[in-house]
Amino acid sequence: MSVSTDSGAVGYRPSRTMPIWAEVRRQASRRRTQLALGFMALLPLIVLAAFEFGGGEDEESGGAFDSLVDLATSGGLNFALFCLAVSAGFLLVVVVALFCGDTVASEASWGSLRYLLAVPVPRARLLAVKLIVALGYSAVALLVLTGVALIAGTLRYGWHPLGSTVAAEIAPGPGLLRLFAIVGYLAVSMLVVAGLAFLLGVLTDAPLGAVGGAVMLWILSSILDQITALGDIRYLLPTHFSDAWMGLLSTPAQSDDLVKGAISAVAYATLCWGLAFWRFTRKDITS
Amino acid sequence: MSWTSRLRRALPRPSRGRLLAGSAVLVLVAGLTGWAVWPERAAWTAQDAMITVLSGPDRNENVSLDTRLYLPRDRSGRVPAVLLAHGFGGTKESVSDDAESLAGRGYAVLTYTAQGFGRSGGQIHLNSPDHEIRDAQGLLDWLAARPEIQTDGAGDPRVGVVGGSYGGALALMLAGQDQRVDAIVPSITWNDLTNVFLPQSADTSATGVFKKGWAGVFFGNGGAVPSEGALAAGGAGAPPAGVTIDPACGRFAADVCAAYLDVATTGNPEQKTLDLLRRSSPASVVERIKSPTLLIQGAVDTLFPLSEGDANARSIAATGTPVRVAWFTGGHDGGAGPQTDQDRVRALTAQWLDHYVKGAGDAPSGSFTYSRVAGFSALDRGLVTNGYSTGTYPGLSGTGSTRVELAGPAQPIANPPNGNPGAISSLPGTGGQLSTLLAGVAADIPGQYARFESRPVGSAIDLAGSPTVRLRAASPTGEATLFVKLYDVDQAGAPTLTAGLVAPVRLTGLPASIDDAPERTVRLPAIVRRIEAGHTVRVVVATTDQAFLSPEQPATYTVQVAPALELPTVVGTPIANPQTVWRYVLAGLLAAIVVGLVVLLLVRRRRMRRHETPTRPEYAGTPLVVSGLRKAYADGFVAVEEISFTVERGQVVGLLGPNGAGKTTTLRVLMGLTMPTAGEALVFGHRLVPGAPVLSRVGALVEGPGFLPHLTGLENLHAYWKATGRPWADARFDEALEIAGLGDSVHRRTKKYSHGMRQRLAIAQAMLGLPELLVLDEPTDGLDPPQIAEMRRVLKRYATDGRAVLVSSHLLAEVEQTCTHAVVVNKGRIVASGPVEDIVGDSPSVQLEVSDVPAAERVLDELGVRSVLPDGASGLIVDMNGTPRSEVVASLVRAGVGVDRVVPRRRLEDAFLALVGDNSRGSGDR
Repeated sequence: MSVSTDSGAVGYRPSRTMPIWAEVRRQASRRRTQLALGFMALLPLIVLAAFEFGGGEDEESGGAFDSLVDLATSGGLNFALFCLAVSAGFLLVVVVALFCGDTVASEASWGSLRYLLAVPVPRARLLAVKLIVALGYSAVALLVLTGVALIAGTLRYGWHPLGSTVAAEIAPGPGLLRLFAIVGYLAVSMLVVAGLAFLLGVLTDAPLGAVGGAVMLWILSSILDQITALGDIRYLLPTHFSDAWMGLLSTPAQSDDLVKGAISAVAYATLCWGLAFWRFTRKDITS
Repeated sequence: MSWTSRLRRALPRPSRGRLLAGSAVLVLVAGLTGWAVWPERAAWTAQDAMITVLSGPDRNENVSLDTRLYLPRDRSGRVPAVLLAHGFGGTKESVSDDAESLAGRGYAVLTYTAQGFGRSGGQIHLNSPDHEIRDAQGLLDWLAARPEIQTDGAGDPRVGVVGGSYGGALALMLAGQDQRVDAIVPSITWNDLTNVFLPQSADTSATGVFKKGWAGVFFGNGGAVPSEGALAAGGAGAPPAGVTIDPACGRFAADVCAAYLDVATTGNPEQKTLDLLRRSSPASVVERIKSPTLLIQGAVDTLFPLSEGDANARSIAATGTPVRVAWFTGGHDGGAGPQTDQDRVRALTAQWLDHYVKGAGDAPSGSFTYSRVAGFSALDRGLVTNGYSTGTYPGLSGTGSTRVELAGPAQPIANPPNGNPGAISSLPGTGGQLSTLLAGVAADIPGQYARFESRPVGSAIDLAGSPTVRLRAASPTGEATLFVKLYDVDQAGAPTLTAGLVAPVRLTGLPASIDDAPERTVRLPAIVRRIEAGHTVRVVVATTDQAFLSPEQPATYTVQVAPALELPTVVGTPIANPQTVWRYVLAGLLAAIVVGLVVLLLVRRRRMRRHETPTRPEYAGTPLVVSGLRKAYADGFVAVEEISFTVERGQVVGLLGPNGAGKTTTLRVLMGLTMPTAGEALVFGHRLVPGAPVLSRVGALVEGPGFLPHLTGLENLHAYWKATGRPWADARFDEALEIAGLGDSVHRRTKKYSHGMRQRLAIAQAMLGLPELLVLDEPTDGLDPPQIAEMRRVLKRYATDGRAVLVSSHLLAEVEQTCTHAVVVNKGRIVASGPVEDIVGDSPSVQLEVSDVPAAERVLDELGVRSVLPDGASGLIVDMNGTPRSEVVASLVRAGVGVDRVVPRRRLEDAFLALVGDNSRGSGDR
């Protein structure tokens, strides 16, 4: 945006304000970022320790998920898969909601938002940078979790094929690709949370309200999805396809639900972000 | 502020935009709900009738059938008909979904409850040509007489016959017996009941093994005495009044009942029983079928396996009648199968009927379609299959074959008495539990089975058809009942028995020693499966299976399977999965988002270029011009009525007013945080809008500091400057820090700062880069007196070299001592403005402190002053009206009144007190 640069101070260019790297550093310095990322790194180690001390005398079996538990110690890939499976339902949702919901709302609650806007950082640019960085941190959290789980699991349980009871074993090489595909799908499905949290973060000055609100909406959607009596309406729920990644465990991979899940997630996220930009570029900043 | 107004401000204000958005959402929700609950107008009408047909070998038995005729609602002239038959144990209600679907496609659909079931009369003769088939012929007569039904000639309706299982066999047998049938679509049905209930998989003429599990389910369905509840309800499932039910035979005809009791008791039926089963089989008439036939058979069906459909297909095709075969992943064990299979079967049926009955559409090709399990759906735990097609029907021998070498010595296996305990392969009659079946309920009992296993296969095998294996067995009794199964074993060693299908074998005339035993070829059940590379193939020969009757006598056999296992293979062309359309939807959505984004950015850029912040060149040198500024909120609250003032270079302008006068709102507009309702603010001639680049020439402190609490003061300043994206050197951190005067505290986190420290840091931040216009909101708030004094000096110095400062304050002294100019606002309006000296200059009034107030008042009255107001116990405020102060003092002293203090008052104070004195609470929160 090269618009009317001459009217600004020397050296001021709207397109140079709020550099992405500055926002990355700004968020990196926050304790909540460090804690969230640290916990993502710690979780696989805690799970690993639990398996070591637990002894694994569990005789429960049944659904596809229980079989994941049984298989978790069969190799590094399965251990990483297990860590992802246990985090996907709630932990990842909270972390993504934290990164995306808190980023604008916390600036508003500190009062620093108005100074950024008075720099002036163009409002759309401020939101775009904040969103990109928040999504980046969410992706990093997901990758840290996967990476640590993969390394720790491989060191402890070895490099073995990716197994599941729903289908044949997958050799380690393709298995790693499948694992990355699962991570990719989880990342896409988390866009819904990112969208909701970001929208709420723009609408409210309370960071807790934005994060908690997004998580609560997600849980509400999950509960509604359990009610089969709702029939086809459930296809419209943002969480309906959240388990579709399991299709990647079968051979050949089941991608139909993944595609529908991606459509749902992208549509919801775009809607939420669109609303957030529409609202933020028009509202009076009162914080 | 009262609680009601608090509430009003907390709640969203009912602006027009909100009302619009709210009503849009409401309309959308109402529309969706309405769409969801709106009753669909059926495309058909239905009419129930009891039709009496002449049945029996001599056509002299009146049987009343419970029927329902569906007619398309929008029909022109006569329409072709479909006779839709139900499965064993069902009624006309069981096929209502299919009937409605066909009626929606423009067919008159006649559904009926077969005799011996539901409210229809008669007995179950098991599709006897003299009974059930004759009933159906009677229904064809009835259809031909209906005025709505298209006919091919007198008494010959244009009709297709569709049915599954029991109804499928009826379709085949009716077409074999009655040439009026124009096309048939039988599914999951039998060819020969003797093969079904007494299957024999070896190439020997010995009677097969009784399939007791399914026979019991079959017989139980027709023999069950309906419960009291069903009788009382009188629904479609309840038998007609007056029908007496024999507890041993239920509604079965006596000959059928006797046949069942015969075969179920010994497993070795009399000829009479075999004859009855043959008469009840399409095999007896299938060569006479002239109607084009679409045969649909299920691959997950232990009752009527694929071999039954294959036998029908071969027999009909041998006469030159068009036959098309389709397999799907379902059946009596697997249910209707995955959605993709259901869709395929429905489409094939519709195409077949449309061409051969309705006469619409091209002739269907003779291609063979089948499906193979691809995995599980993660969402509903159901199966997912992929569809394939080949040009012609390959039968059960495939289009190619792969030989797999099995290894294993001759092994002794024991038959327990009465076959108990028995191995489990399938669960007859439970139906629909596809995933359970494929996950493998199969269990073999140690000691009762022999195992022959291959090495891991080198490449995947697309198995489709009946594998064959050669078996030798020895038995001390001369006979052996064996069950041969094919397992697919994955790398982890988990075996899967596809669809729970086993090959029962009964061998007679066996030697006692395996060395003398002849080799028999065993055709294993036809299956569709991909055996992945690296898996092994295992053939198991077991002595028991719970679904079959095993010999009572215990015995130990010896079995040996020859190494060569022939696996028929078919390589089909994948059928396009209709679900792939979603991939294009996804791609389209992503493309639309990208295009939308690009368009949005372009439009924005163009609009910004066109509406480039208006410039007024005449004010290019003026730091700030505010004219006619007004801010009214959506709820009607007016924070700023009208404010106009100018800040010139070199000026320090004070915006003075009580709390709530509108000062902060004015500054917010100057920062681009709030949009004014009317009027404008120009900074160096550029109009201020949110994000206007000219804001970069303004430094600001509005409504208190805003810092990241976890960063130190210095880090906060650095972070802020980074956000401006301007060159590092331009920031002048040293000068700013000097002004802040925080010393080493700049290295402490700001959350530990006192209010005053934060305030000083905020002023330093506002001064970063030495902006040409500095806007400070209550800058001395929280500062101690020496710091205030220092701040005054800083601000005065700052306004030299062409810069300007705008300070807001509610403290008179601050403005008076800091500013060169002052603007006094109250209730959103300017009440006074001008150079401080002008405003501050001596006012006509003076404050006196005297020893005797009444005496002083008298003296002052005589002097002719304008007014005298008491001010405290000993004070007076006197409007001098031009009288010099010295004369007033002299007069008072002359009159003997002691004067303690004479304080000249200033205009600014007068003006300010006049405002604040009246209403020190201000005019509201602004």
